[in-house]
Formats: sequence, C-alpha cells, structure tokens
Amino acid sequence: MIRTEEMLLNVGPQHPSTHGVFRLLVKIDGEKITEAEPVIGYLHRGTEKLAEDLTYTQIIPYTDRMDYLSAMTNNYTIVHAAETLMEVEIPERAEFLRVIVMELNRIASHLVWFGTYLLDLGAVSPFLYAFREREEILDLFNELCGARITYNYMRVGGVKWDAPEGWIDKVKALADKMKEKTEEYDRLVSGNEIFINRTRGIGGYSADDALAYGLSGVNLRAAGVKWDLRKDRPYSIYNRFQFDVPVGETGDLEDKYRCRMEEIRQSIRILDQAVEHFPEAGPVMAKVGRVIRVPAGEAYTQIESPRGELGCYLVSRGKDKPYRLKFRRPSFNNLQILPKLLKGENVANLVAILGGIDIVLGEVDA
Amino acid sequence: MTDRERNGQRDRGERENPTPKEAGNREKDAGEAKTKAAAAAKAKAAAAGKAKAAGAKRPSPRKKKKEEPLEPSPKQPLLDQYVQTVTEKVGKETVEESYINRPNGHLPSMVIKNDRWAETARLLREEESFAFDYLQNLSGVDYEEHMEVVYHLYSMKHRQGLCIRVKTDREGASVPSVTEIWPAAGWNEREVYDLLGIDFPGHSDLRRILMPDDWVGHPLRKDYEPYDREV
Amino acid sequence: MSAMTFLGPVVLLLLVLGFVTIAILFERKVLGWMQGRVGPVQVGPWGLLQTVADVLKLLLKEDIIPGKADRILFKIAPVIAFVPAFAVLAVIPYTDRIVFADIGVGLLYFIAISSITTIGILVGGWSSNNKYALLGAMRSAAQMISYEIPLVMSVVGVIMAAGSLNLTEIVKAQESLWFILPQLIGFVVFFVASLAELNRTPFDLPEAESELVAGYHVEYTGFRFAFFMLAEYVYVFAMAGLTTVLYLGGWNPLFGWTFLPPIVWFAAKFLLIVFILFWIRATLPRIRLDQLMQLGWKVLLPLALVNIFLSALFKEVSGIGNFF
Repeated sequence: MIRTEEMLLNVGPQHPSTHGVFRLLVKIDGEKITEAEPVIGYLHRGTEKLAEDLTYTQIIPYTDRMDYLSAMTNNYTIVHAAETLMEVEIPERAEFLRVIVMELNRIASHLVWFGTYLLDLGAVSPFLYAFREREEILDLFNELCGARITYNYMRVGGVKWDAPEGWIDKVKALADKMKEKTEEYDRLVSGNEIFINRTRGIGGYSADDALAYGLSGVNLRAAGVKWDLRKDRPYSIYNRFQFDVPVGETGDLEDKYRCRMEEIRQSIRILDQAVEHFPEAGPVMAKVGRVIRVPAGEAYTQIESPRGELGCYLVSRGKDKPYRLKFRRPSFNNLQILPKLLKGENVANLVAILGGIDIVLGEVDA
Repeated sequence: MTDRERNGQRDRGERENPTPKEAGNREKDAGEAKTKAAAAAKAKAAAAGKAKAAGAKRPSPRKKKKEEPLEPSPKQPLLDQYVQTVTEKVGKETVEESYINRPNGHLPSMVIKNDRWAETARLLREEESFAFDYLQNLSGVDYEEHMEVVYHLYSMKHRQGLCIRVKTDREGASVPSVTEIWPAAGWNEREVYDLLGIDFPGHSDLRRILMPDDWVGHPLRKDYEPYDREV
Repeated sequence: MSAMTFLGPVVLLLLVLGFVTIAILFERKVLGWMQGRVGPVQVGPWGLLQTVADVLKLLLKEDIIPGKADRILFKIAPVIAFVPAFAVLAVIPYTDRIVFADIGVGLLYFIAISSITTIGILVGGWSSNNKYALLGAMRSAAQMISYEIPLVMSVVGVIMAAGSLNLTEIVKAQESLWFILPQLIGFVVFFVASLAELNRTPFDLPEAESELVAGYHVEYTGFRFAFFMLAEYVYVFAMAGLTTVLYLGGWNPLFGWTFLPPIVWFAAKFLLIVFILFWIRATLPRIRLDQLMQLGWKVLLPLALVNIFLSALFKEVSGIGNFF
C-alpha cells in the first residue's frame, strides 16, 4: 500500500499568477487541493487612516492607488460620496466626461483581465493583443489628464480638466475600433477547444452562494443575479444611456469570461451614446468652494467598478476632512469565496479560478 | 461631540433643506457660499424655496421631493413598518432609533440594540417581508465616546436597502458576529477587528487580516498613537 | 575507423548548437511577429546575437545549489537530460549519405533513448527539494508515460508500411508517396504526442509558468539551467527531424524537383515543422493535467490502435495496398 501525504504549498506572495502580492496557503494531495487559505495585507497602506488627515481633494490621488487598473472609477467613488452629502449639482459636460472616462477605464480594465487571464491559462498572445488596445485608451487618458495609470482626474463638483480639442473624436474612433477588436478576440479565444475545456463548468457557484458571500460585479452576474449598480442604483447620468446587463447562469469561468467580454461591448455602446450627446461647451466644475466642507452626516454610496460594487461609507462632521471613510472594495469581498471554490480542485484550476475572480491587490489590501 | 449633538445634526439635515439654498448661494457667489454654507444656510429653512427658484437651474428629481421641507420621506411608511415588525418579533426597545437618511437616497436606517442584534439579524435575513439577503457593506466607526458597526443590507427580492447601526462601548467593544447569517461578513468583521479592535463573538476565525499578526493597537481608533508621528 | 567517426559528431554538435541559437532567436521573432511586436533587435544586426548574449550571460551567472538540495543528483540531472537529446540525433538520416549511425533499429533506438531525458527531469525536480519543482517533475513523468505509448503505437503503421525500423529504409520507402497521406491518422497522433513529449505548448505542464513558476528547473541557474534549455531545443531539432523522416519523406523531393539538393529538401520540411511548433505556441492555451491524461489514453491511444488496424487491413486490399 502506498502511503501518501498532504503537502503544504505556499503560493505567493511572489508568484506569476497571483496578480500582485497575494499569498495562498494550499494543502495539496498530489495535485488536488484539500484546503486553501488566502493571506492578504502585504499591500496595506492604510488608505482609510490616511484619509482622516487629508482634505477631500487630497484623498483623490490615494484612491487612484487602490484599484490601479481602473483609477477613474475609484476617483469617482470619493467625489461621489462627498457630492451626495453636499448635494451639489454637477455640470452636464463634467457628467459626460466622467461617464466617458469611467467606461473607457472599464474597457481598459477588462482588457487587462482578458490578457492576464489567458496568460494564466497558458496562452501568451492574447495578452499582447489586449495590451495593444489598452495602450490606446491610456494614451487618451494621458492626453486628458497627463497620467496613464493614476489619473487624479475628478474633483468634488466636476472634473479637473476639460477635454482637449479633438479628444471626443478620438474616443469615437477608438470605440469604433474596439468593436472590431472585440470580435477578433472572440474569434481567437471564445471558440478555442482548450479554452472551453479549461473554463466550462469550473469554479461555478449558485446565485444564493454569490449573494451570501457578498460577491458583486461580474462574479455575481455570472451566477445569474442581474445586479448592475449602473442600472439598479443609477448614479451620475447612467440612467440616460441604453445598455444591457449581461448575466450568466452557473457562475463558472466561461460565464465570467462571456460576461466580461459582453461588458466591453456594452461599454462601447455607452461610449457611442455619450460621444453623440456630448454637450458642445460648458463648465466642467460646479461652483464649490476652494475648501470643500461636507455637511455633517453619513452616506453609503455605491458605484459599479469593473470589479464590482465599489462602495464608500463616508461619515462627516462638517469639517474639510472626513471623520471616517470606509471603502467597500469589491476585490476584497469577492476574494472571500475563494477557499470554498478551491476545495477539491487541482493546481491548474487554482490559477484559473483565482484569475476568474479578477482581483487587484491594491484594492484588496487598500 | 455627544450623541445628542450628532442626532441634532441629523435632524437638521432632515428638517431643513440646506442644499438648494447652498447650491443657489454657490452659483451666485462661490466665495460667499464658502463661508456661509455651513452656518447661515442651515439656519434659514424658510429661505430655501426662494433661493432654489433663484439659483438652481436644473433641479434633479431628488431635490424636487424635498421642496417642502416638512414633507415626510416617501420611505417613511416603509421604515415605520420595519420598526414595527422588528419590535413585534424581537421585543420592545430593540430599535433604539430610526430615521431616513435623506441625502443618501432616502435610505431607511435603524439603530439596533447591541444585545438584540444577533436575533434581529436573523429576522432581517429570514423574515419574508425583509429578506435582506445581500450584505453590501460592513464598516466600523469610532465615535470617540462609543463605537459603531454599520451594516448596509440589501434585499434582492424587494429591491430595497437598509442601514443598520449597532453601538458598543469603546472599552471591551463587542458586537455579535453575523457570519452565520451573511458569510460575506467574515472578512469584513476581521477587518473591523483588525483596524478598530471590535470583538465579534461567534466569529470562527477572528484574526488580524490587513495588519501584521504581531501589530500592537488598532489604527483606526481615534486614540491610536502612530508608530512614527512624522510618517 | 576514419577521422570522420570522431569529427562527425563534433561537427554535428556545433551544428546543433548553431541550430539552437538560431531556433531560439527564430522562435522569439516568430512569436514577436504573431504578437504584434518586433522581437529582439538590440544585440547584433536584426537581433542575431541575442541568443549568444543570453547564453554568455547564463555561463557567467553564479552557480547556485540550494542548501537542502541533493547535491550529486542536482548536478547530474542536467547531464542526464541533455545527453540522450544529443544521442538520438545519431540515427537521423539527413540525406541518403549524411547519417551517423545507420543502425537497423534506428527508430526503436530513438524512442528508447529519448525517454531517458524524463529521468533527468524527474531527478532534477526531485533533487531541487522544491515543491514546485517536484510537482513539475511528477507531471513530467506522468506525461511521458501517457504519451510514449501513443507515440510508439502511431509509428507502427509506418513500420508496417516500410517493413523496417531503419530510418534510411523508411525514407526510401516514401519515394513514391509520403507516409503523411496513407498514415494520416498516425501522423496526427504522432504529432500531438510529440508535442507532449517535447513539453511544448499546449502540453507545457511540467514547466507551466503561471502555475508552477518554472516547474522542474525552478531552482536551476546559470549553465545548469542552460543545459535543460539546450536539451529542450535539441529535442525540437530531433523531433522535427524524426517527423520529417517518418511522414514527410525525408530528403525526397516534391514534384520531382531534383535540382534542389536532398539536404535542402530535408531542411525545408524540417523548418516547416519547427515553424508549426512555434506557431502553436503563439496560439493555444495550456491544457490541464487530467485533460492531458484523458486525451492521451482515451483519444490518442485508441486512434493509434485504429490506425494500426486500418493499415493492416488496407495492406491486403489490392490497388492501394502498395501504399500501406
């Protein structure tokens, strides 16, 4: 009789597939995982603590560094929370600019996911294709606000910079180009037999489980819960746009993949409409004071980041600094279900399932 | 700041209508609004309607609701019903306080008594008229004289949100864990424990999550002394 | 005993090293083109010296042996992996004249010797005393056992048709028709199995970067690592050569274009195979371990058996029997 023993395998904090400094302690029996324990906190910078000593405008660059793959939505979450309590009126042009940059950022973020996910599965080329397109989006951001990753673009009351001459046309051209490119990705990957075998039926969960574990974003929708904050709790001017919310059925990796790819298409749809109705001229900042004082009160605001529900619980006492600021980071909450999903899977699926959740460690650890 | 003061502020937020006034002021004169907004605007509820007519060009639907300062919130009946159900099923004095958080999209909010919270949470999850199956957010706040754990719940069935606040003393802060009811609370409670030092009896694995295991102190407490002031 | 007996292998070794140098560059260039990049361009004209620089760097690197490693096995593993890779080249007939060891059981020799490399990988992975390396080594052993069988079974059809295990004889048997046509099923099985034998995408599980970091050679540095790399690319050379010989008619010309010398024909077919290997690498994701096993045992092996059966059957049918 052969005697086998479980082996404790330490994945991370430095590992090509943990997408950052994430550590996973797995007990494996051969290649089968019997137990998995995520260890996080390696990138904890105390954003919430720092925010208590910073004015609202000063907090914005810190939010850039939470989910650094979609800094625009993170920018928005803090200004949105402050604006909710202040009840300011945002100029039309600023709202449009916000929606455009957030949707562009969503596409860029999903492209990074697409590329790195295929890389996790062992395909190298899609990664480079996806980054080629993402590069063009970053160039647009660069032109708009002078930064490619950490934008620091939004302000309480509007946005910092107006769109430069011809920028909107470039967005339009990019949206048209992305339509073709998404189809190209579909042709390259979606029908690939190996890809389907690696994703179909892997890492699925029920809608009830997804809700119980507080999953959000694609992770929730892939399980069949139609819950998109842009539709269900409309913020900014999202209620003016036509778009669909793609949902899956089983929550497996293939559903997540299809949902994300469809979201890219829907974001392009929103971009098309936003570009078409973009106001000719107008201010991009509401008249708020130089020092932003948020009236006393509390508010929990929620927006749909590419990774899920990005919430912000703001407690203000009427000062120019928040009394307490708590970010509800989607990656942090989505990651909780990982040990449950990994049980009984093998090492190759570990990488696929972890990649499917789509975490950004800057956000998990905040 | 005491409890009463804070409640007072919240009441003002409800009773009055500072925003259109503020917005109007700002659009007329940003500099003036900056200094006045906080103090002056709040005092003059009556002027709100006039200022709104003068200033706000494109009122949002939310503001329309608040044109009459004393008009009850559309969510008020719902909140009353919630309070009634909780009082009936869990017991008197379970709900210490209830209010509508107007700026936050008229979010019904309740303050639940600490020692009744475990029971109430189960009710909120299982009772058909509540069916709050989605724990959106769990945060802890240190109010210096007491601590609070704030739960933002959502019911997918009724498409309705709810904010629950549970108070606890700063010394030996403790709030019953809800991980059994909403597994999503697991890591969030660990985070609150880590950063604010609130104990969650009933949590199966309450350890630090973001800070190193040997860290001393809980950074988000207001009396926390940083390792190095200058950093 | 002539001078060629000693000089020949040395020349071949240099040739193979030259091939490996160019092949790595070629692979990177091909991948670059397919991925919208330019590939290496910095070292030498058109990046020609990039691999040379890489190899020099590897040779100059500090030779690290992990403290808890089994030192003797750790040192010997790259050798075990590399020597068979080179030894199999002896039996490949490049043309009817250029063949180093024209032995009767050439094909059997090739397949038998090439299996030894897996022992090198296994030893390397085990002696590193690293869990990732161990997993990679185990995967490699499982993969080798699963794919050696369909590989051997698939060439039985060729052996039956040629009536010989001698590779030169096999090429000569293809003068009228290459075996790729009558032995199409066999060829497909052989090609897939050879990809798995080479540990190349989509069967690169033993060194799966995103899962096992680098698999069995994760602890190797410097020239020891270079040996594993070398073994891998020499196998590309050997396997592409063998595929050419078994199924693409070796040095036999196409369309009767005898004005091209046989070695050019061999090289052209050989390079086509190498290119396809790189192409596949740029295109496909990695297969999972259990799926790999299923493919090997449930698809390839039955297919190979069917191929043997059909070959035997058709051999008796008049008219087309000559081709089988």
